[in-house]
Amino acid sequence: MSINTSSIPLPAWLEIGLIPVLNILMALFFSGLIMLAIGVNPVEAVGIMINGAFGYDEAIGYTLYYTTNFIFTGLAVAVAFHANLFNIGGEGQAYIGGLGVGLVFLTLDQYLPTLLLIPLGIIAAGVFGAAWAFIPAWLQAYRGSHIVITTIMFNFIASSIMVYLLVNVLIKPGQMSPETRAFDESAWMPFMHEFLGWFGMEVTRSPLNMSLFFALLCSVFVWVYIWRTRWGYELRTSGQSEDAARYAGIKPKAVIITAMCISGALAGFVAVNEIMGVHHRLLLNFPAGYGFTGIAVSLMGRNHPVGIIMASLLFGVLYQGGAELAFEIPTITREMVVAIQGLIILFSGALALMLRPWVVKVYLKFKPVDEVVAA
Amino acid sequence: MDALSGFFAVLDATLRVSTPLVLAAMAGLFSERSGIVDISLEGKMLASAFAAAAVAAVTGSAWLALGTGILVGIALALVHGFACITHRGNQVVSGLAINILASGLTVVLGIAWFSQGGQTPALGSDARFMPIDLPLVDAVSSIPFIGQFYGDVISGHNVLVYLSWLAVFGTWWVVYRTRFGLRLRAVGENPLAVDTAGLSVSRLRYCAVAICGALAGVAGAYLSTAQNASFVREMTAGQGYIALAALIFGKWRPVPALLACLMFGFLDAVAIRLQGVVLPVIGEVPVQAIQALPYVLTVILLAGFIGRATAPKAVGIPYLKER
Repeated sequence: MSINTSSIPLPAWLEIGLIPVLNILMALFFSGLIMLAIGVNPVEAVGIMINGAFGYDEAIGYTLYYTTNFIFTGLAVAVAFHANLFNIGGEGQAYIGGLGVGLVFLTLDQYLPTLLLIPLGIIAAGVFGAAWAFIPAWLQAYRGSHIVITTIMFNFIASSIMVYLLVNVLIKPGQMSPETRAFDESAWMPFMHEFLGWFGMEVTRSPLNMSLFFALLCSVFVWVYIWRTRWGYELRTSGQSEDAARYAGIKPKAVIITAMCISGALAGFVAVNEIMGVHHRLLLNFPAGYGFTGIAVSLMGRNHPVGIIMASLLFGVLYQGGAELAFEIPTITREMVVAIQGLIILFSGALALMLRPWVVKVYLKFKPVDEVVAA
Repeated sequence: MDALSGFFAVLDATLRVSTPLVLAAMAGLFSERSGIVDISLEGKMLASAFAAAAVAAVTGSAWLALGTGILVGIALALVHGFACITHRGNQVVSGLAINILASGLTVVLGIAWFSQGGQTPALGSDARFMPIDLPLVDAVSSIPFIGQFYGDVISGHNVLVYLSWLAVFGTWWVVYRTRFGLRLRAVGENPLAVDTAGLSVSRLRYCAVAICGALAGVAGAYLSTAQNASFVREMTAGQGYIALAALIFGKWRPVPALLACLMFGFLDAVAIRLQGVVLPVIGEVPVQAIQALPYVLTVILLAGFIGRATAPKAVGIPYLKER
């Protein structure tokens, strides 16, 4: 009789250490095959990417700037995941978060000092992102519509709204390209090279700004929220079994709405990095797929803030290294990174358990079955 | 008379733009009726569109292109099946992975093979599906309304448009009139019962996703070798999701899904005409509002404000055979 491998417990270092690493290696192996297919030496490519991501301080700045976006969207997906909700709408929530920042700054940037503007911008990004996630959440909780489908639809609706607003309403008068006027400098999130400059450190200009600190702060907040508060406990319970949660006196509807609003706010914070930190104006398509990458980041990071920070860093390396790769090798473009991202989602997400039976088999070679089952 | 021919032109455009939606919606219908959520219609269409355009550019044969498109659609469907059926992975995650993979890979391969910024070379008319005139067009053209309707709206499409109408009938017939269809619907509602009856849940679902892949492949080939004359990056532009919306709108049934596709196609055709036109009472309608309408309507439908959309019961739930 063959044993059912899925019921055999594995020690943590195998379950959350080795198996995810094997999954990523599978994804990278197939990425290597794609590179071979288009006539690029994968080993050389990896070298260029690593140098392009870490080789000089400007590169590190770019890598960490991308990392910041992925931390926000990765945390957004993870918070929803813990409540057993799949938020595919990060893209739209980030976009609408940008609208919040834009509206606040376009009205107030002439009147208020930096110390008030920056917190206001962050709050606006969060509130608008949360509001855009609230509607699908409410529809799921009270009308039974499925969050996956509604958040997909809301991405498209957000995109239509933003195109309309930028082309017809918010556009800087007398300008062809659909973007708003630049915000007053008092509303800019300080760049990291400026910040470090205050302490006398010379760093090359890069888009990296102080949003990175805010992203790390959000990671701590998410960890505390999910594992150290009553609300987090309710969220996880409700995520694992709605019936059990209801029996324990938890209101799953309220949990759905809270989780999605926090998730939406986190996704909205992408606008803090992009709009407040880098572009300093509202423009089309600034979320550029970060919302979707957040899904890969969250899957790779096993929905834990520490894992998400590490996965974000890896994706930061992929993005910045990929840009360098596109620059060095003409046959490769940045879309290579998109393909790698697809493979990572496939192997770390959908096929996450593919290798587990093999790992269990090898593990059982070293440990008698009775002992494992008894434990 | 002028208004009439203008109206017919819109109907004609409606049929052309809704063809990929119809094919993709039928594709999704097979998959979802078997219990496998398919948000990867977009990716399958995109990959097939690229494969078809690439083969058409190299071989000059539209039919070979269509065949390749179908094969690529099936291949991606089998990846989806491998993840969701064999390994019981999350179906939404798997679908999303396929969409993202297709979005990146088509451009990467396009640049590597054709070095035209991700596009494929423009296809000549012999490598494409060109409009064909149906018989008797000239004979009936003198009949007032009907003749013109036949000539302007029904006739003059390419063969894939007519194939899509056949696909709707075929889907209806397979799903409601064959033994396979009965089992397909059963496995989407109650896989345990199908298993108990001695049928393989996995095999039925693999069949369903393969048919889904083939139809999505035709939809993709239509985009690059019939509606357009080359592959352009991201040329599906959300049509896979619109097809999904139409499928939900049609409550997972072939004919209502067809009508939903036609409605979405009509909105699209009208949106182009309404650009900059000021309507009485409403004023100028923003094009973006019309483009967003399918998504908004789907959300409203899903919320139960206009009827109820009830999905197949087992959809999205991996089946685990009891041991």
